[in-house]
Amino acid sequence: MQTAFIITILATAVRAGAPVIYATIGEIFSERAGILNLGVEGMMLVGAVSGFIVAVKTGNPWAGVLAAMVAGGLLSLIHAFLTITLHADQVVSGLALTIFGIGLSSFLGKNYVGIQGPQFSGIDLPGLSSIPGLGPILFQHDVLVYFTFLLIPLTAYFIHKTRPGLHLRAVGEDPTTSDVMGVNVARTRYLYTFVGGVLAGLGGASLSLAYTPGWTEGMSGGRGWIAIALVIFAFWEPWRAMLGAYLFGSVQALQFNLQTIGITVPTYFLNMLPYLFTIIVLVFATGERMRRHLGAPAALGIPYIRGER
Amino acid sequence: MKQQSFFDKLPHLSLERRLNTPWWLTWLVPLFSVLLALLTGALIIASQGVNPAQAYKAMFEGAFGTGYAVAETLVKAIPLMLAGLGVSIAFRMKLWNIGAEGQLWMGAWAAAGVGLYLYPAWHLPPWLAIVLMMLAAMIAGGLWGAIPGLLKGTMQVNEIITSLMLNYVAISWVLYFVDILWRDPGGMGFPNTAPLEKDIWFAKLSWLPLLPKNNRVHFGLVVAILAAVILWFLLNRTKWGYEVRVIGENAEAARHAGMPIVRNIVLAMVLSGALAGLAGMAEMSGVAHRLQRGLSPGYGYTAIIVAWLAKLNPFGVLLVAVLFGGLLVAGDQIQLMMNLPRSISDILQGLILFFVLGGEIFSRFRIRIR
Repeated sequence: MQTAFIITILATAVRAGAPVIYATIGEIFSERAGILNLGVEGMMLVGAVSGFIVAVKTGNPWAGVLAAMVAGGLLSLIHAFLTITLHADQVVSGLALTIFGIGLSSFLGKNYVGIQGPQFSGIDLPGLSSIPGLGPILFQHDVLVYFTFLLIPLTAYFIHKTRPGLHLRAVGEDPTTSDVMGVNVARTRYLYTFVGGVLAGLGGASLSLAYTPGWTEGMSGGRGWIAIALVIFAFWEPWRAMLGAYLFGSVQALQFNLQTIGITVPTYFLNMLPYLFTIIVLVFATGERMRRHLGAPAALGIPYIRGER
Repeated sequence: MKQQSFFDKLPHLSLERRLNTPWWLTWLVPLFSVLLALLTGALIIASQGVNPAQAYKAMFEGAFGTGYAVAETLVKAIPLMLAGLGVSIAFRMKLWNIGAEGQLWMGAWAAAGVGLYLYPAWHLPPWLAIVLMMLAAMIAGGLWGAIPGLLKGTMQVNEIITSLMLNYVAISWVLYFVDILWRDPGGMGFPNTAPLEKDIWFAKLSWLPLLPKNNRVHFGLVVAILAAVILWFLLNRTKWGYEVRVIGENAEAARHAGMPIVRNIVLAMVLSGALAGLAGMAEMSGVAHRLQRGLSPGYGYTAIIVAWLAKLNPFGVLLVAVLFGGLLVAGDQIQLMMNLPRSISDILQGLILFFVLGGEIFSRFRIRIR
């Protein structure tokens, strides 16, 4: 009984963590390049709605995923243009993107609220899924969850072990030197802001096509902001981002499953849990960062203008 | 040979910071930006098969065309003014308080508690009850703002995230009271509290000239204007205001000058939250007359745009709040009249912010294209 409950919690955590992993990894790319994008919530929502609409129209969830990625990427280019080309304030531009995204998603999705659409269903991985314990936790999910298992190690490898990854970090830490070394700062920042948007859009699609299939207004429920918090928690490292996303997922899983073990708390308080959890996690992570002198990318949030310092 | 990419072919902009911006640019650039935003919005409206010119005409008339429309615009502007003034205090110190929405809800909640329960229980005179409601709202909103302020000041925890997360917590908290603890048993199944007694409603300003007799503009307008005057005085004529400006512009210099940074961070967040809380009280006591779901359609978020577009100037906030109040009214209007979704007004808010933000480059820099 108790084991079954724990397995349910952990399996739900992995499922609930997936959309957040996409958004968090996306924001890691963007912030590693020095661009703080507070528009994640907006990009996720527009990704979720456009993914759902295209999936409904084509009957193909994969087309939906593609559309969501394109939509998220396009939105991120607005932020990239404003902050990289026009040197606008990154905080304000990101907030504008979120407000715009909330409005746009509700506008696009007005005829799609509450309708049924295609979705990714669970695929038990042959063999792996029958391992007691691990099977149900890790290997009985939909394909968008499995992608996160690949995304994390690939991102970690890319950032730390490849030449483009080196350039990415360099641009976020010291754009002036990167520029002198022949790295195109603006192009690199555009690219990774775009990657961030694509992944946020994908995170949205994994909500509307897999985790909670369908479209409801504001369905991301703050996950975009939680992703930004998790980037700080993760010290901009993919593996810690995964840990953070699963912690968040466990909290969500508890929120849904506490009642089954006889703990009755009004839903109003259960609904607060993910947000309170995010605050607490952020406080501890900030404390740890200060103690260990771990920094954010040094040029995060600062526009790069050649010849100025 | 390096391969020519798309980015290399873009014209190269070379920027020189302007030391001072000509006065006409500071007006012309935002005006032109807003026009471009409306043009872009026109494309989105046209995509719905609606004539954008007609839609904008209906929006303008809906917001400013008649005395009644102006009154409704002012009604929506009041919470934007108060919350916008609040947000602007924090922004001046480069504290990104995006928790005005939650602070507003906490303010409305505290004021409702005083008005619904303490007022009858303590047999208070109505004027005193109203004062207590305002105080309770400011304390609740202020404390809600103090949390991210303390975390930021003492531990450098990112206030953007904490203040935003607290919005969700606050709304859940208030809805628990609206739906369950304070729910009106005679409410015919609607989730809201009983109405406040009429004598503790914010008075209607029926004496205002040019507005129709039965308009809904309430005393909150006077409170907001007073708040702007007081804030202007505090920011421009006191030592505290001077400290806020120095800390906002150069925290390092402020630290060397021995200014109390942590105390000022917390204080700014408390004041910021208190004004947002007051906005919630004004909306509750002056418009809804009860605590209910949907009390704020996101005033706290729009207030952020208002404060920023007003360049954090208190009187600018009042003015921009009226324009955005108009935009909210207009959104409701075209939903009714032209079957356009009201989210058009959110989209326009975002677009205006994008274009004004992007346009700033023309007032901040001299641009040469090579």
